[in-house]
Amino acid sequence: MTVPLEVMGSGGDAQPEAVLEGVRAIEGRSLGQIAWMRLKRDRVAIAGGVVVIILILVAVLAPLIVKLLGHPPNQFHYSQVDADRQVPIGRFGGISWHFLFGVEPVNGRDLFSRVVYGSRVSLLIGFLATLLSVGLGTVMGMIAGYFGGWIDTLISRVMDVFLAFPVLLFALALAGVIPDTAFGLSGDSLRIAVIIFIIGFFNWPYIGRLMRGQVLSLREREFVDAARSLGAKRSYILYREVLPNLVAPILVYSTLLIPTNILFEAALSFLGVSVRPPQATWGGMLSDATSFYQIDPEFLFPAGLAIFVTVLAFNLLGDGLRDALDPRSR
Amino acid sequence: MTAVVAVSAVAALVLTACGSSSKKSASPSSSVTPGGSASSASSATPASSGGGTTGFNAGVDKVFNPSTQKGGTVTMANAGDWDSLDPADMYYAYEWDLVRLYGRSLLAFKSAPGAEGAKLVPDLATALGVATDNAKTWTYHIRPGVKFEDGTVITSKDVKYAVERSLDKDVFPDGPTYFNDNLDLQGYTSPYKDTDPAKLGLKAIETPDDSTIVFHLKTSFSDFDYFAMLPATVPVPAAKDTGSKYKEHVVSSGPYMFATNDLGKEFTLVRNPNYDASTDPDTGRTSLPDKYVVDLNVNAADIDNRLLSGDLDVDVTGNGLGAAAQGKVLADAKLKANSDSALIPRTWFSVINPDVAPLDNIACRKAVEYAVDKVGYQRAYGGATGGDIATGLLPPVIPGFQKMDQYEAAAMPNGDVAKAKDQLKACGQPNGFSTNISYRVERPKEKAVAEEMQQSLAQVGIKLTIKPYPQGDYFKLYAGKPDFAKANGLGIMVYGWGADWPDGYGFLDQIVDSRTIRAAGNTNLGIKIPAVDAMLDKALQTTDIAAREKIWGQIDAAVMANASVLPGIWAKGLLYRPPNLTNMFVNDGFGMYDYTTLGTTKK
Repeated sequence: MTVPLEVMGSGGDAQPEAVLEGVRAIEGRSLGQIAWMRLKRDRVAIAGGVVVIILILVAVLAPLIVKLLGHPPNQFHYSQVDADRQVPIGRFGGISWHFLFGVEPVNGRDLFSRVVYGSRVSLLIGFLATLLSVGLGTVMGMIAGYFGGWIDTLISRVMDVFLAFPVLLFALALAGVIPDTAFGLSGDSLRIAVIIFIIGFFNWPYIGRLMRGQVLSLREREFVDAARSLGAKRSYILYREVLPNLVAPILVYSTLLIPTNILFEAALSFLGVSVRPPQATWGGMLSDATSFYQIDPEFLFPAGLAIFVTVLAFNLLGDGLRDALDPRSR
Repeated sequence: MTAVVAVSAVAALVLTACGSSSKKSASPSSSVTPGGSASSASSATPASSGGGTTGFNAGVDKVFNPSTQKGGTVTMANAGDWDSLDPADMYYAYEWDLVRLYGRSLLAFKSAPGAEGAKLVPDLATALGVATDNAKTWTYHIRPGVKFEDGTVITSKDVKYAVERSLDKDVFPDGPTYFNDNLDLQGYTSPYKDTDPAKLGLKAIETPDDSTIVFHLKTSFSDFDYFAMLPATVPVPAAKDTGSKYKEHVVSSGPYMFATNDLGKEFTLVRNPNYDASTDPDTGRTSLPDKYVVDLNVNAADIDNRLLSGDLDVDVTGNGLGAAAQGKVLADAKLKANSDSALIPRTWFSVINPDVAPLDNIACRKAVEYAVDKVGYQRAYGGATGGDIATGLLPPVIPGFQKMDQYEAAAMPNGDVAKAKDQLKACGQPNGFSTNISYRVERPKEKAVAEEMQQSLAQVGIKLTIKPYPQGDYFKLYAGKPDFAKANGLGIMVYGWGADWPDGYGFLDQIVDSRTIRAAGNTNLGIKIPAVDAMLDKALQTTDIAAREKIWGQIDAAVMANASVLPGIWAKGLLYRPPNLTNMFVNDGFGMYDYTTLGTTKK
């Protein structure tokens, strides 16, 4: 999907190696700088990245955006809905300057505001769950790969168990019995925490295996041997010698895991076990829209497109990152 | 016993008419215009005929296109299939409606528009039941001269045998269990396991002679006439009974009989030569078409499209139109004129839980009653086509219904904030309070209700937290489990209730009798009023129909005065009638078009 390097601009500044012939004194470039240069040339990935940044801004600034461009997300607007048929009066699902994405059937809630607020739940769960599984997976993978032996066997079997676990069913069952207050949290914040935990906790073996494999080969490399022979402690070797070499795969994997987690959260919302109504979620909006698709198909689009664009943007960015960080993997 | 074992499934199917303030109705025979003129015209017949107007709701409370013109074929389609064509094995209202074409039960709902249709009239019996022994013994007499399709005369023993076999729920799992629950069975299970040579060993039913049948009940039950209406009392000749295979050829006792029966695909009914209309003076059957063709397992959207195009006459399930077709019909005045919005014996309501503080204080409950936006509740169920705003628990199609408006649902449908605030003060919570509202997660309409109540109650400071639960366990583990509801503070619980037929006992018993409340699995979610319990007992001892029906209205008023029920809407269904049909009306007994009176101009 990335454009071949040959066609990019004039050959002069296309390749990092070429840039090295420049006017200033030759200076070394870190791996990160080189990757960034490669990434910058990948327009599709940059586009994905820009969309991701916009999405994050939208989620963070949701109250402000809604104040400027929409209505409170849970406010009813009966005047916008046909009293007999319960569908929006305006055309295309009631899209107008006042309701940028139209209104919801029956109660006339502003879909723009609900999509904006829905992005908060999706992104929050997507990011934090990814953080949790990447953290867990990296630690466990490094321990398993570096120490080997029975520790490796134990951790690997645990990973197998987790991989075989029917996560969706477990999530449905657990989310159904979440109490009102626990662990000092209550209501929606508790539910979000539990969902983050479920998604994050059951996804770590994927990255755990990846890390284990990387560490297995890294620990035999000369620089690790050198550190070891100099008497470095294990924790030092893992943290200072091995971990930096794992940053690239972690970054790539995280970027690709976030959209997966967003989709998983949407699935849970769709099935009605995520946060409680009237809090807007994309999955929940899709679920609501299914009962109206025959008479108000427009209701499906805002949340559906939001999920689609988000997942696509993250995937494009992730692919670009992978290409930039590890060109050999192409 | 009582209403709604198969509720969630059946309920959606039961549609009914009535509901307009005019209770005046015309029986089909009295409103006919002479000759074939009326039958061939889909346009208006004179208003003076007592019915016969066209337009929206022309088939509700009155006869649309009255006619006596015989002949033609009526085509019907079913999106699914019958439970069974066997009268012992059916539970859907549409099955009970159509079975009257090929079977005659002891009593039947009168084929008449409006409130008349919810009244029982004798069919195979000569009169309504005679109760003796404090309503524990019920006696009926069989009409002389009624014959099966093969010409055999029907006797009381055929009826007894039919009821006996309906008791066998291994062979006939789908039928209701009213007879199993109420007859003094003394251990009798099934005629197929009967040692009596004539297979008539059940002692709870006596047949002293060929024209008399006597039922003995375990306890007094003044509403037994409704059981005599059940298809299980349609006579079955023991010699022709083939158990679970009887549905392949049910022996007709009604005006039509099976010509072909391709199970799961299609069956056709033609005139029964041994049916004598003179033995059927009370039910109002007109038997106009020469033939009925019923297609099974037809795609639901196809059914709607064929109805609108005039290719199909009746959606036999009486479910009403699907969402897509409904939207189309409501948006098109011409199509809408061919549709009927019919009330059914079902109320969508919420229980205000008196176990949960501060709702244990009646003033706090009343505050909720006043504050809720009833129009919003109605919108959640689809607006005016979904139903009428309810002012009480009892649906208007149920005999004994009394008009009231204790919490201004009709007078101030958007809610009365001032009165609600007064009640909050009286309750000692002038700034409102917090509680929870539960609903069934699979039901988007109930979700809409919860969200709507959250909005409208917030206006008076009552803060609702919304709690969805899976509908499969809603009664077993959540809202229907008093300990759970109390511990989790479920102050308002959204649900709905429908009756198998429009009768006060069937509707009320399982939802307002406090003595039915168990540790879990309740359908009474917290209505505990001793006076109501006493009235229910009194009604069961009251054999005078009018006096009994009056009690249902009194119970409704008492429940509403207690403010533990927030009535939402009286449900309606949108039915479509192609213009070529004649003599169409919604029968209140079934909540859908009466299939024994309609005719067609298409030959």
